[in-house]
Amino acid sequence: MAASATPLPRLVERGSAGDALSLGFVTAFLSVVVCLPIAALVWASTGGAFWTAVSSAEAVAALKLTLAVAAAAALVNAVLGTITAWVLVRDEFRGKSVVDAVIDLPFALPTIVAGLVLLALYGPHSPVGVNIAFTRTAIFLALLFVTLPFVVRTVQPVLRELDTEMEDAARSLGAADRTVFRRIVLPTILPGILSGVTLAFARAVGEIGALVIISGNLPYKTEVASVFVFNRIQTGDRAGAAAVAVVLLAISFAVLLAVGGLRRLATRHERA
Amino acid sequence: MPRIRLVLALCAAAALVTAAAAGAASINVVAYSTPKTVLAKIIQAWQATPDGNGVSFTQSYGASTDQAKAVAAGLPADVVFLSTGDDVDLLVDADLVDANWNRQSYKGIAADTVVVFAVRNGNPKHIKGWNDLIRPGVQVVTPNPFSSGSAKWNVLAGYDAQRRVGKTDKQAVAYVQQLFSHVVSQDTSGRNATNTFLAGKGDVLLTYESEALASRAAGQDIQYVIPRQTMLIELPIAVLKSSSNKEAAQKFIRFTKSDTAQELFAQNGFRPVNPAILKKYASKYPTRPGIFTIDDKTIGGWRAADKRWFDPNNGLMAGIEKTVGG
Amino acid sequence: MRKVGLRVVALGYLGLVLVGPLTMVFWRTFEHGFGTFWSTLSEPNTVHAFELTLLVAAIAVPLNTVFGIVCALAIVRRRFPGKGIVNAFVDLPLALSPVVVGLSLFLLYGRGGWFYGFFTGHGVQILFALPSMVLATVFVSLPFVAREVVPTLREIGEEQEQAAHTLGASGWQTFWRVTLPSIRWAVIYGVVLTTARCLGEYGAVAVVSGRIEGKTETATLRVQDQYENFNLAGAYGISLALAAIAVCVLVAMTMLRPREGAPA
Repeated sequence: MAASATPLPRLVERGSAGDALSLGFVTAFLSVVVCLPIAALVWASTGGAFWTAVSSAEAVAALKLTLAVAAAAALVNAVLGTITAWVLVRDEFRGKSVVDAVIDLPFALPTIVAGLVLLALYGPHSPVGVNIAFTRTAIFLALLFVTLPFVVRTVQPVLRELDTEMEDAARSLGAADRTVFRRIVLPTILPGILSGVTLAFARAVGEIGALVIISGNLPYKTEVASVFVFNRIQTGDRAGAAAVAVVLLAISFAVLLAVGGLRRLATRHERA
Repeated sequence: MPRIRLVLALCAAAALVTAAAAGAASINVVAYSTPKTVLAKIIQAWQATPDGNGVSFTQSYGASTDQAKAVAAGLPADVVFLSTGDDVDLLVDADLVDANWNRQSYKGIAADTVVVFAVRNGNPKHIKGWNDLIRPGVQVVTPNPFSSGSAKWNVLAGYDAQRRVGKTDKQAVAYVQQLFSHVVSQDTSGRNATNTFLAGKGDVLLTYESEALASRAAGQDIQYVIPRQTMLIELPIAVLKSSSNKEAAQKFIRFTKSDTAQELFAQNGFRPVNPAILKKYASKYPTRPGIFTIDDKTIGGWRAADKRWFDPNNGLMAGIEKTVGG
Repeated sequence: MRKVGLRVVALGYLGLVLVGPLTMVFWRTFEHGFGTFWSTLSEPNTVHAFELTLLVAAIAVPLNTVFGIVCALAIVRRRFPGKGIVNAFVDLPLALSPVVVGLSLFLLYGRGGWFYGFFTGHGVQILFALPSMVLATVFVSLPFVAREVVPTLREIGEEQEQAAHTLGASGWQTFWRVTLPSIRWAVIYGVVLTTARCLGEYGAVAVVSGRIEGKTETATLRVQDQYENFNLAGAYGISLALAAIAVCVLVAMTMLRPREGAPA
C-alpha cells in the first residue's frame, strides 16, 4: 500500500472528469432503479393507516407465520449446510464435483418451477405417497429448498482455508472429535455460518415464487407475508400492502446490517 | 464502444417492434378466471367473420374483482368479461365503463350459469343441499369473496337459499357464518379454488356449473350436484370508455349475444341467455324450481349486496371472516 | 465410520431436497411422451412468453453489467461520501422480497404515483407493459456483477493501472486494456448469475405485468398460468425448458467460479 504513495495524487487528478461521470452514472442508475421506488413505498406507508394495517389480525398472522417458518428453515439449513460443507471440503468420493455443482440449483432454478415440482413430489399425486400440499409443512419444505445453498457457500471457503494442524494437534493430545469441532473448528466457521443463516433467513422471508402454488393461501393458516402483500396489491388495498411490505423492507435492511457486521467481525479476527 | 451501440440499437428495435404491434387493430379482453376455453373459441369464431377479420386479441384472466381493480389501476383493456355486475359497477364508478352498460341486449349479460356443489367421486359425504354443507366434519372450499366474483355468488346463494325456505334474515346470515367456519381454503380466484379442490383439499367446492363442466372437459375427475335452491349467475360483458378500438369492441360484444356465440357458450358449459338456444340444450342444463337471481328482493341487486355484504370494513363478510378466522 | 455417517446425512438430505425435484421435472414432462412436450412448447403464447423473457433479459443483463463494473470501480478505487449507503442499496435486492420490489414500482408508476401523471401525459405505458417488467428485473438482478467484481478489483490492486498511467495511457485506454481484462472472469461469472436471476424472476414481474397473455406474460408467469388452466403438460414443458437452462447455468457457474487465492 505504502509503495504507491507517490503516483497516487496524479491518478486522482487525471481521473476527476471520469470520476464525476462514473459517480453520476452510479447515483442516477441506483436512484432510478432502487432508491425512488423504495422511497415511494416508504412514502405510501406513512400516515395513520400504517399502524391499523400492520396490526390487522391477518397481517400479524402472516408475519408471524413467515418469521417462524423462515427461521426454522434457515436453522435446519445451518446445521445441514454446515455438515454438507464439511463433507464437500474434508471428504473425498466419486461424483463430489457434481454434488458441489448441484448445491447451487436453488440459485439457478426459477422458484415457480421449484414450487410446481414440490407439489408434484409431495402433493396429492405424490410418487412417494406423501401429501402435505397446502399445509405449513409445504411452506417449510419450499423454504428449505430455496435456502439450502446459503450456509454451504459461506462455510465452504472458511473450511477450505482452515489449517488442520491445530485439529491434529488437539487430537494427538487426546481430545475427542466432538471437542475438537466445538473448541477449534466451530469458533472459526461460526461467522460464516451466521452470515449464511442471516442471508438464508432474508431469502426465506421474501420468498414468493415457490409458495404461490403449494401453500394454499388460507388466511391465518398458510398465508405468508409475501403472499399477503401480493393479494393486497391485487385487491387494490395499497396501504395494507405497503404497510407489511415496509416491515419486510426493514427486515431486509436489518439483515444486511447484521451480515455487514459479521463480515467485519470475521476480518477483524484475521487482522488480529 | 461499438458493443454498447449494438446493445442500444437492439433496445431501440425492440421498443419499435412492440410499439408497432400495439398499433394494429387489437382488442384486449380482461376476463374473470374461468372462461378461457369458451372465450378463445368465441374469439376465433368472430375472427372468421368479416367484422372480426384481422383483429388480434390479447386476453388476461384472473379473479373477477382483482381484474376490475387492475383495470381501474391502469391495466389496458377494451372489453371486460367479468363474473359479477358488482365488478362492472366498480368500473362504472371509476368512470371507465358507461353507466348504461346493463341496458344493452340481455341487460349486458353474455351468458349464465348456476352455483353448484362439486364433490368427490361417488359423493361419499352425500352432499345434496345447503344444510349438508354445515354438517359436522364437512370441509368446504370456496374462493375469497374480496377478490373473486365466484365467491360473492356463493355467499349470496348461501344466504338466499336459506331465505327461500323461510328462514329469517338473522338466521340466514348466521348460516353464512356457519358455512365459513367449515371453509378450509380461500383462494383468490374461482379457478385457483378449483385447483385446490382437485389437488385433494376439502369435501365440496362451491363453484360455477360452467367451471365444473370446463374442468370435466379438460379431463379432470369432477362430479357436481345442483342444489334445489340455487342462484342464477349472470356474467356481464362491457366495453371500456377508454378503448382505442371501441367500434370493433362493441361489435365483438354484440357477437357474443349472436346465435353462433350462444351456441358456443352452450356447447362449452355455459347457459345461453338466448332463450331459444337454452331450450335446445335443456337436457344439458336442468332447471331448478328454486332458482333465484341477484334481483331477488331479499338481496336487492348488486349495489345493495355490495354495500351490505362486501364492504371491506363494515360489510357482513368482513365481520364473518374475522370471527371465523381470527 | 463417522465420516461415512456425515456423508450419508449430507447426500441423503441433498437427494431429498434437490435431486428429487430436479428428476421430477424430467419425469413428469416426458410422462406423456416427447410429442406433447414439443406441442406445448410450440404453442404461440408459450413461444411469445419465452421471447419476452429473453427480451427482458437482453435489456436487463447489459444494463446491470455496465452498472456493476462502473459501480465496483467507484467503490474500490474512488473515495466519496455515502459509500456505505451505495453498498447497502446495491446489496438490497439480495435480501428484499420480489413482491416488495413489484409493489414499490406499482406505487411509483401506477395511478396516484409520483410518475403516473408524467408518463400517462406522454402516452407511455409503464405498468402492465414492458418498461415496468424491465425495471423490476433490473432491480432484482442488480447486485451480482458488482459483488463479483469488487473483491477481484480489491485483490488485483492498482499497480498495473498506475504503471499504465506512467506510460502515458489515457483513462479510457487504461480501463479497456488493463482493468477490464483483469476482471473479465469475475464479470463473466457475474453475468451468468445475473442472467439466471433474470430468467427465473417471478414475484416482481407478476405484480407489475398484468399477466396479459401474448403480451406481458413471461415464461415463469406462463408456468403458473398453464398450471391454473389444468394444462399440467404445458406447465411441466415450460418448467423443463427452464430447468434445462438452469442446468447449463450450473455448469457455467461451476466452471467459472472464482477459486480462492487464485490470480484473476
